[in-house]
Amino acid sequence: MTPTSAPLSERAAEPVLEVRDLVKHYPLTGGGLIRRRTGAVRAVDGVSFRLGAGETLGVVGESGCGKSTLARLLVSLERPTAGQIRYRGEDITRLSGRALKAVRRNIQMVFQDPYTSLNPRMTVGDIVGEPYEIHPEVAPRGDRRRRVRELLEVVGLDPGHLNRYPHQFSGGQRQRIGIARGLALRPEIIVADEPVSALDVSVQAQVVNLLAGLQRRFGLAYVFIAHDLSVVRHISDRIGVMYLGRTVETGTDTQIYDHPTHPYTQALLSAVPVPDPAARDRRARILLSGDVPSPADPPSGCRFRTRCWKARERCAVEVPALAVPEAFRDGRTPARHPSACHFAEERRVVPAEGAA
Amino acid sequence: MPEPYENPNEAVAPTGAGGAMDLAAGEARSLTAPERPASPVPGEPGITAPEGTGAPAGPAPGEPGGRPRSLRTDAWHQLRRNPVFLLSALLILFLVLISLWPQLIAGGDPLRCDLERSQEGSAPGHPFGYDTQGCDVYTRTVYGARASLTVGICATVGAALLGGLLGGAAGFFGGWWDALLSRIADVFFGIPVVLGGLVFLSVVTSDTVWPVVGFIVLLGWPQVARIARGSVLTAKEHDYVQAARALGAGPGRTLLRHVAPNAVAPVIVVATIALGTYIALEATLSFLGVGLRPPTVSWGIDISNAAPQIRNAPHMLLWPAGALSVTVLAFIMLGDAVRDALDPKLA
Amino acid sequence: MLLDVQDLRVEFRTRDGIARAVNGVSYGVDAGETLAVLGESGSGKSVTAQAVMGILDTPPGRITGGRILFRGRDLLTLPEDARRAVRGAEMAMVFQDALSALNPVLTVGDQLAEMFTVHRGMSRRDARARAVELMDRVRIPAARQRAGQYPHQFSGGMRQRIMIAMAIALEPALIIADEPTTALDVTVQAQVMDLLAELRRETGTALVLITHDLGVVADVADRIAVMYAGRIVETAPVHDLYRAPAHPYTRGLLDSIPRLDRKGRELYAIKGLPPGLTALPAGCAFHPRCPRARDLCRTDEPPLFPVAGEGQVAGAGGDGRGAGDGGEARRAWDAGGAGGRRSACHFWRETLDDADISAAV
Repeated sequence: MTPTSAPLSERAAEPVLEVRDLVKHYPLTGGGLIRRRTGAVRAVDGVSFRLGAGETLGVVGESGCGKSTLARLLVSLERPTAGQIRYRGEDITRLSGRALKAVRRNIQMVFQDPYTSLNPRMTVGDIVGEPYEIHPEVAPRGDRRRRVRELLEVVGLDPGHLNRYPHQFSGGQRQRIGIARGLALRPEIIVADEPVSALDVSVQAQVVNLLAGLQRRFGLAYVFIAHDLSVVRHISDRIGVMYLGRTVETGTDTQIYDHPTHPYTQALLSAVPVPDPAARDRRARILLSGDVPSPADPPSGCRFRTRCWKARERCAVEVPALAVPEAFRDGRTPARHPSACHFAEERRVVPAEGAA
Repeated sequence: MPEPYENPNEAVAPTGAGGAMDLAAGEARSLTAPERPASPVPGEPGITAPEGTGAPAGPAPGEPGGRPRSLRTDAWHQLRRNPVFLLSALLILFLVLISLWPQLIAGGDPLRCDLERSQEGSAPGHPFGYDTQGCDVYTRTVYGARASLTVGICATVGAALLGGLLGGAAGFFGGWWDALLSRIADVFFGIPVVLGGLVFLSVVTSDTVWPVVGFIVLLGWPQVARIARGSVLTAKEHDYVQAARALGAGPGRTLLRHVAPNAVAPVIVVATIALGTYIALEATLSFLGVGLRPPTVSWGIDISNAAPQIRNAPHMLLWPAGALSVTVLAFIMLGDAVRDALDPKLA
Repeated sequence: MLLDVQDLRVEFRTRDGIARAVNGVSYGVDAGETLAVLGESGSGKSVTAQAVMGILDTPPGRITGGRILFRGRDLLTLPEDARRAVRGAEMAMVFQDALSALNPVLTVGDQLAEMFTVHRGMSRRDARARAVELMDRVRIPAARQRAGQYPHQFSGGMRQRIMIAMAIALEPALIIADEPTTALDVTVQAQVMDLLAELRRETGTALVLITHDLGVVADVADRIAVMYAGRIVETAPVHDLYRAPAHPYTRGLLDSIPRLDRKGRELYAIKGLPPGLTALPAGCAFHPRCPRARDLCRTDEPPLFPVAGEGQVAGAGGDGRGAGDGGEARRAWDAGGAGGRRSACHFWRETLDDADISAAV
């Protein structure tokens, strides 16, 4: 996701959000009376991207790849170990107090679990109205009730339910309440961490459509983090694939899904079950061996090499940079997008649609 | 982390629980008694909102009147139907009444004694008989409630406030403050109650209830602090606390609005149960002669005085001891009932 | 037929009344076959499986009707010790959460070996050797060393492999897998599903796969039964169902999932929410959410009609036995419509036709 290589961000004059070499290490401490540092979990280890206004960046990866930590960094719930997060050109990682509070108005978050993200002791009206209490300058006191009702209506809930408690709602409805809370301050960016993965299929579609509708209506930019590759493709303009704290491949949805060049992306895509029994025999599945290594002790060189079928000596020594691979640098093919692999080559793994 | 949602028990586990206080039970409700579905979004083509189920908007089934129930009302509903709660609450109400106005049921003066009647059994107007000093056991037993309840309630309030605040702060702020506090609490935990009471209270000369209350608070707060710390740590991890932080809420708001209300239930439960044991502790200390002192009327003192005479005048011992047992039991039962109401996992 | 569930009904007593979790579910599994039971949370798919396994919590649960025939014997009338003997030896279960399904204070080797010492009366030594063999078989690397480790020392995928090893230990004729890969990452999920499929091919074990994932079903199942509000609303060979669903709910589900192989526009969303089990709607339970609902649907509960499609005439198979009336219909299962298709929708024919049109476009 180098600035020069993302076509969409070139179009957008100025990115609303720009992340440069973001790093978050959690120290591991040994036991005993005096805590000494014995190592670090490298949750996020050098991630960069740009997000244009009104654009959706999808971030996919498996558990332990650091995508949730990335979300928490973006909304300033954690401070990065190194790197920058620029909101409209201003680095927000060193902000605190009033300045940070002001930035927070513009970057909001939607959480994964609708059952724990709402305070069970507060009414829906209080939950959705809380942003106005924290930022009283946004809405005068007398106007808040009306705004909360409006928000509930926007997310498809009955405004008359203002005085109900979260436990009186179903999972999908709770997620709508969480989205209403995120919208209250009219942010420019919403970071959604697995917003639909806790929901049933039929309800999931409702919430995905809601998010898409809100984006059109309010011109929101989304960082959409999920492990479900189908949902991410559906909603995203650009996609970044993460593995063990690093971005391994990035591009538009067609580039990533139809013309992946990184072996991890290929394996990931090939492993997704396709809801089409006819595709069963046509699919070439790449089965990876073993599990994801611990982020506390990542492999040298390319982090994927321990599970990669292409790995050679070079992969253990040299960290592959996230750039357009040399082979594709000249062509006009969709494979011309950044991929952090020494031996990148195109391989179609998602069966073509409707090939009956 | 991808944790695709599937309630592993489906509709099974929460439905039988009977409680309604936590999220699991909330899930059960959404499965068993659906809210009325959300209304469609007017004039919003891009948004497919779930439309009404055909039925006009009205009260949801299984929720008479569609009246919103807060968690507190839910707990109250639960309590009201619990016979253990009703019994203990009535007992406690009675105890509070007679400790405020003992003359309601006992006309005499607990300090007016007649040595001639020493250790006599029950007589008309004096159903419990007389003690060694010739005082009326019935009157003394009734008046003794005041001392027990005062000590119990004051000590509980003190221990809950001190322990709750210190423990809550330790859990919320963490770091060295937490480490320091936990070690201090451990030290207080290590003090043997009776030995500490003998040493500490024997040097105090005041004959009010306050030294005893202070001593119990001193020994009682670490227990509450531990519970408070634990439940604050749990509450702090919830996403709604993170959500508040992401909105820009300061630590004060986060603590008061989001963490404390969700962490206070276990503290209330522990405190209610502790109240009973504190009353017993007061009696123990008074029995040993280091708690309350005459002329204060206390069950502990009376039991202590009666103990040597148990063979020739058992009534002297039985009545105050019985009153003490019933009181302690009432508070422990109340604590159990409150716990059941606040924690559906035990219901 | 290896397993034949007939008109099973399960209720739960709750604070809000009786929750009817399973309302007359019938399905059958032949030896060596894979049946996928698909449904959302609260559809009763797991409760049905628990009733079949005999691990339903009673109370609050209660089986109020139906039969569960396993190799011709009704499990519900068997005495408890006979039932226990069936469990594990003849049918086994794989759970979603392997960490909580394994005992944390016993090594995995001991837990596997226990299967052999308890059920087969083997010596500890032999049982241990078999345990290591099993771990090898589910492709756990360095099985001999790892047999001495505790469940928490394994990753999620490896734990699920151990669960599978336990399930196949006594070579049961039937394995019930309840969301076996839901908690796993996609690459690991692919490994585990692959392993399950391979073991099934080798041993000829029948598999009942309970899941909410339409993708997983398409990958492994032979037949599929779709559940909604405690009933089976459609059952069909897996190819037929994906090509042309004969129930509006199935249709809605298929349309509401985003696709990996194309960028969709708006997703179709089934409106509303699943009904509460204490107050099921009259008639067809799906009618409040159904775009096709008519007055008939609000009053008459549709039986499982045999479905004939693609040039076949309804009744060409076994329609003569009568549609939908309890036991008869079930025996007509395989003989039903085309390839044993059934749909609990009054308007299955229209639904099917619509699907054909949209598939052709």
